[in-house]
Amino acid sequence: MLLAGGQGSRLYTLTEKSAKPAVPFGGKYRIIDFPLSNCVHSGIDVVGVLTQYRPLELNEYIGNGQPWGLDLMYGGAMVLPPYQGKTADWYKGTANAIYQNLHFIDRYDPDYVVILSGDHIYKMDYSAMLKEHIKNDAVCSIAVINVSLQEASRFGIMNTDENNRILEFEEKPKHPKSTKASMGIYIFNTDKLKSYLIADEADENSSKDFGKNIIPTMLNAGERMFAYQFDGYWRDVGTIDSLWEANMDLLGEVPEFNLDSDWTIYSRNYTLPPQFIGESAVIDNSIITENCHIESRIENSVLFSSVTVEPGALIRNSILMSGVTVRAGAKVDYAIIDHDTVIGAGAEIGQEKGADGKRPAIAVIGSDLNVPPGMKIGAGEMINEASLEAKFKTVG
Amino acid sequence: MSAAGIIFSNLHEAHITELTKVRTMAAVPFMARYRLVDFPLSNMINSGITNVSVITHYNYHSLMNHIGSGKDWDLARRNGGIQILPPFITAYANNSNSLYSTRLEALCSINHSISNIKDDFIVLCDCDCICNIDIKEILEEHEEKKADLTVVVQKKNVTDEERAKFTIIEADADGHITDAFTNSGMTSGEKHVSLNIMVITRQFMSNMLADTMAHSYKSFTYDIIGRYKGSRNFRIHEFNGHYSAVDSFVGYFNQSMKILRTESIREEIFGNKNRPIFTRIRNSVPTRYKTGCIVRNSFIADGCIIEGTVENSILARNVKIGKNAVVRNSILFRNTTVGEYAELDYVLSDKNATIRDGRHLSGCDALPYFIDKGMNL
Repeated sequence: MLLAGGQGSRLYTLTEKSAKPAVPFGGKYRIIDFPLSNCVHSGIDVVGVLTQYRPLELNEYIGNGQPWGLDLMYGGAMVLPPYQGKTADWYKGTANAIYQNLHFIDRYDPDYVVILSGDHIYKMDYSAMLKEHIKNDAVCSIAVINVSLQEASRFGIMNTDENNRILEFEEKPKHPKSTKASMGIYIFNTDKLKSYLIADEADENSSKDFGKNIIPTMLNAGERMFAYQFDGYWRDVGTIDSLWEANMDLLGEVPEFNLDSDWTIYSRNYTLPPQFIGESAVIDNSIITENCHIESRIENSVLFSSVTVEPGALIRNSILMSGVTVRAGAKVDYAIIDHDTVIGAGAEIGQEKGADGKRPAIAVIGSDLNVPPGMKIGAGEMINEASLEAKFKTVG
Repeated sequence: MSAAGIIFSNLHEAHITELTKVRTMAAVPFMARYRLVDFPLSNMINSGITNVSVITHYNYHSLMNHIGSGKDWDLARRNGGIQILPPFITAYANNSNSLYSTRLEALCSINHSISNIKDDFIVLCDCDCICNIDIKEILEEHEEKKADLTVVVQKKNVTDEERAKFTIIEADADGHITDAFTNSGMTSGEKHVSLNIMVITRQFMSNMLADTMAHSYKSFTYDIIGRYKGSRNFRIHEFNGHYSAVDSFVGYFNQSMKILRTESIREEIFGNKNRPIFTRIRNSVPTRYKTGCIVRNSFIADGCIIEGTVENSILARNVKIGKNAVVRNSILFRNTTVGEYAELDYVLSDKNATIRDGRHLSGCDALPYFIDKGMNL
């Protein structure tokens, strides 16, 4: 069960028109491609995708699940939107979202349910986690990743014994006792999951959330719950900074996160021609994909499909999403530009790294905008249609 | 008006044995991410033809692998879609097991499939027709003129050396075909040459095939166009866009380079939003340009990792160019690995080739250096 209803409000204009799991990542992917591809490689071929916030783009993207090989006669990928019914309504929390779709789980009658979120970038074999879950004779297993002690107070932290059995769960503790942070990936025995969800639903004081309600309740009841240690790359890309940083992790001599492996990340690809690198192009440490036409300098950047960069432009430390055009002489540094936006000739987006060596804040330009020639948009500015218009009026 | 399509997957294999000894012509890679069959297939789909048969001969494994269920072309359909027709050979067919050698024999060999076609028109196309053409327009003209056969032609200055490669079509001012011939001794100069794309009315096709089998006809040009041209309504349709066929290994190389060099041709073939060229989806990762790379005037597919220099070249998927390697004027097929300090000029490497560190290989525009599939140099 893939929770994909998140709004991702800290991504500002990038999630104005679509849900967070539909946010593009890494040149040709969307965030949701990672958990979906992980499911396929882990042998999970019944995947319910729970949507709520701005579902149109996500529904269209998932379609019948064909890009992930999840268009099956039995099972496959299914979008599970909120619905109206006697007891049904908008999803009130992560637990309530699963509760409202218990009939879907019943239909396939699995022994175990894997709960995932569509917010993270990682490659993980859920079948290895399930194996350990069974070996531990666990009722619930929670994947955890080691974070630094300073970071630990931003996460849900598991305190475990030497066998990884969870003794205590603390949501965002001020004084963390361990560095095992929950990755929001749970495996439950189906019958236990059902009984706790039904009980939680009846509790009027509950906020119907796995982390806040279900997990603590189960721990208090003394259920066998285990942490599953994950050592690979895992990033929450819920903020502009973390999204930018995770994209930059794809670059470098040996990228921190290597997309290129047998663990293929599948995505909905449209047939586009190869990229054309022109006469005046100078490319350094960047990833570029189909149908791009590059005629200028590109450094430390991630370019999605069909990006056109005209001669004399300069792109640095930036993420340019599908269909972006950068006109001659424009400068883009430390910026994220959403799809189909045109940066006019000579415009300046973002800011160079200063003499102090500190990275400037990331400028973000929304989708389908026309940034007029010569306009300056500073570091950390968030531009959508309204703010662009306002800026245009004041600048003239 | 509805039409079915038939694609000949191999008629000109002998032209380019370097690339066709391991695969059928239709599966020959082209322009970094395509295979030749993608062009006729896409032209048909973009003209609303969704019932397509591909006639195969030998070695069609890589073609089947490429096409799969036809999903990537939206040709996995309940009705119609794509079907691959393997050679009709059975253990007990006595003497009728010979493989076809001409277009007409190929059509006779799939007569049982053709007789199941319900569409009014049939579009025939060779697999090495590299163009982006609106077949719908030709079908409409064919129907309006009540033609039995429409042959797509292009004006071309045919030299003495080249004339053996072409079927030359002569027509009157109204576009009626008056003659058709190949390899004639008197035909240099500006001529209409056949692009091996044609539309045939289904009824005429079945009559024609019955006649062909009864009389053991062999040649489409001589036996069909030649014999029927007086009694039937045969027409030409002139196409003025970019067109290239594969007539030789050097020709293949130079055609590719011409498309790479000419923005207007790239734009015409690949940039038409209403008529995209479809191909198999492979989920390759984006191409990574590492620090120290120099890349210019090149057409590059996804999945490559480039650390060296690449100029005027076409790189297919998952090509790796090592540090300080220099690749110029070359076409590298999928999974080619070029080692550090290797230098390539006018090289065509087939799939999975490895050029080790420090190797220097050079051909010239008249004779590119060819590296076999899987070779380790």
